[in-house]
Amino acid sequence: MSDLEKFRSETRAWLQANCPPEMRKPMTSDDDTFWGGRNTKFSSEPQRVWFERMRDKGWTVPDWPREYGGGGLDPAEHKVLRAEMAAMGARSPLSSFGIWMLGPALLKYGTEAQKQEHLPKIAAGLIRWCQGYSEPNAGSDLASLQTRAESDGDDYLITGQKIWTSYANYADWIFCLVRTDATAKKHDGISFILFDMASKGVSTKPILLISGYSPFCETFFDNVRVPKSHVVGTVNRGWDVAKYLLQHERAMISGMGERGVGRPLGQVAADSVGSDEQGRLEDPMLRGQIATFEIDEAALSAAAERAVDLAKAGQAHPAFSSAMKYYGTELNKRRHEILMSAGGVDALEWESERSRGGARPRAWLRTKANSIEGGTSEVMLGIVAKRILDLPGA
Amino acid sequence: MALVLNQEQSMLRDSARGFISDKAPVSHLRQLRDARDATGFSRELWKGFAEMGFSGLLVPEAFGGSGLGCVEAGIVMEEIGCTLMPSPYLATSVLAASALSRGGSDAQKSQYLPKISDGSLLAALAIDEGAKHRPLMTKLQAVRSGNGFKLSGDKAFVVDGHTADLLIVAARSAGSAGERDGLTLFLVDPKAKGIAIERTAMVDAHNAARIVFDNAEVNADGVLGEVDQGFALLEGVLNIGRAAVASEMVGLSEEVFGRTVTYLKERKQFGKLIGEFQALQHRAAQLYVDIEITRAAVLKALQTLDASFDKAGAAVAVAKARAGTTATLAVQEGVQMHGGMGMTDQFDIGFFMKRARVCQELFGDSNFHADQLARMKSY
Repeated sequence: MSDLEKFRSETRAWLQANCPPEMRKPMTSDDDTFWGGRNTKFSSEPQRVWFERMRDKGWTVPDWPREYGGGGLDPAEHKVLRAEMAAMGARSPLSSFGIWMLGPALLKYGTEAQKQEHLPKIAAGLIRWCQGYSEPNAGSDLASLQTRAESDGDDYLITGQKIWTSYANYADWIFCLVRTDATAKKHDGISFILFDMASKGVSTKPILLISGYSPFCETFFDNVRVPKSHVVGTVNRGWDVAKYLLQHERAMISGMGERGVGRPLGQVAADSVGSDEQGRLEDPMLRGQIATFEIDEAALSAAAERAVDLAKAGQAHPAFSSAMKYYGTELNKRRHEILMSAGGVDALEWESERSRGGARPRAWLRTKANSIEGGTSEVMLGIVAKRILDLPGA
Repeated sequence: MALVLNQEQSMLRDSARGFISDKAPVSHLRQLRDARDATGFSRELWKGFAEMGFSGLLVPEAFGGSGLGCVEAGIVMEEIGCTLMPSPYLATSVLAASALSRGGSDAQKSQYLPKISDGSLLAALAIDEGAKHRPLMTKLQAVRSGNGFKLSGDKAFVVDGHTADLLIVAARSAGSAGERDGLTLFLVDPKAKGIAIERTAMVDAHNAARIVFDNAEVNADGVLGEVDQGFALLEGVLNIGRAAVASEMVGLSEEVFGRTVTYLKERKQFGKLIGEFQALQHRAAQLYVDIEITRAAVLKALQTLDASFDKAGAAVAVAKARAGTTATLAVQEGVQMHGGMGMTDQFDIGFFMKRARVCQELFGDSNFHADQLARMKSY
């Protein structure tokens, strides 16, 4: 048996022995996601057990180096672990912007002291991070951001406003883009800085969305004092860090298109639409839409797998995550349009026991942000046109 | 297994690309078409293909081939798609070689496979009977007669049927149209009595035939696989063919797209390169994304066929359906973005559009495979 096959069988055995049965069921509500952080609570005992076992193996971040709390797996082993977890339906033990976004940026741009300080706490779910990028007048045109950091001895004083800050009201720390040189050209005067959300002068205000939920906040900074040592990478070169991180963010968001609702869409639809004597959906047009969707979903899943393998082989285009972000988010919107259509009138219930508080329509409305957040579909297509296709004037 | 080509596979792609782009650019197809060539492909090039080892790629080493897999066969098909080279490769080296290696007796393999490998025998698979690909609906009758069978019925869209030295024919030996049981595959000599072959020049200037069987006799040793149980073998061979045609469509899409992007960077209107217009930039970017995702799906299907053949059905349906819609989009955008030039016969783009249409229909179009996927998933 090759080393990798040995790793596969050991991993399978370990997962079978350690993943509680409750953690192998599809997630049905926000409570099923464990985000970590100072004020976190587990929604169930199996959730706690599963998280702690995975954390102790370093498998909340399987491919990070062991010295920072990771599992130290190589890419092939990491792929095996993901495949084995997917095969048994094991939930992710820890969801975190620290893992998906900040971690990779720190690993590439952070000082040794910054890595030692922050990465183990992300891996162990001790600190929950949020992202301070967008501003009221800097959305798609992110680099025009105005939040300013003024030098004051060894510190900066940060003043300004961020918007669409996911879960800022629950976050412990923020990674934030600030303008450290107001005179430079717009991409050149930006720095990437980290600070504690409990700092004096930080306040947040949740934004009520069309889904009826408030996953995003407005975040205000009023002379927040932050040590200069908290800058990641070079001062005024924060755009490099920001772009690198955005690639990871886009890869994360594109993954949404692959995350199903657990059961195959065709069977979910059969619950409400019904089937004929041959087992085919009663609504042939909907059946066709679902099959076409599932073809695209399977193809996207192959493309996501290939993107990882190309990166490993050193053949990936750095802007490819924009292509995946575009396709994955548009696909996820399609999924939820189909779910609404399949659910018919039942899927319109907003406040009822049977609808679990309108879970389906609220999720449908939430997905409309997918093709906006992290860069709109139009911005993604522009990036593909410019950086991959090299079209003129793009 | 990583979803990228390994080093040997990349080398195979480079050598196939070198040979095909050098010897058979699109102008090669154009010449054959304009000359109304009776064969429809170049026998000399086919000899070259055999010398390169391509014709025996899927033939086991014991029978003179290289015993490689579907990924490798797909690599060659993709390069064929880039120049639209007309070649017996699909019908003989992919379909017939697979059918014989997977279903043939030792005697049948020894008789035919070495000749497929060295390029001296051409074969064709006769499946379709109506306007659409519906293998389960096969009606062509095989009636027992003495030691063998008599075949009667019509076949259409038999790729390379007009030049074949050997026909592999799907026939109904029992049951009725629509049933899995009762299908048998036969190895038939096209020169046998009772067989009439009409070459049908197709829209894409590639080769196909209509074949009428009128009490054509086949010996018992002409049965490929088991009598009445041929559907599983046929379905496996068709899946290989579907993945191969999907690969051809990836090459075709990529080539059309490349030519189109080049045109966007050259053509000026309103004092600007048309590639500066955002309306076209976004459409080009969408097409790029579509092709890359399809490419991954097709490679996934080829790898799955090699790794776990019997479980590859869904991956193949996904690949063929995706490749069909992607190629259709690619050629439409290609013609549209080339403007009036795209409508001219002088420009090559139209050749790609015509071939894409044929590839859609080959072994089931996108709708057929979407329906197949839904059936596999029980909805």
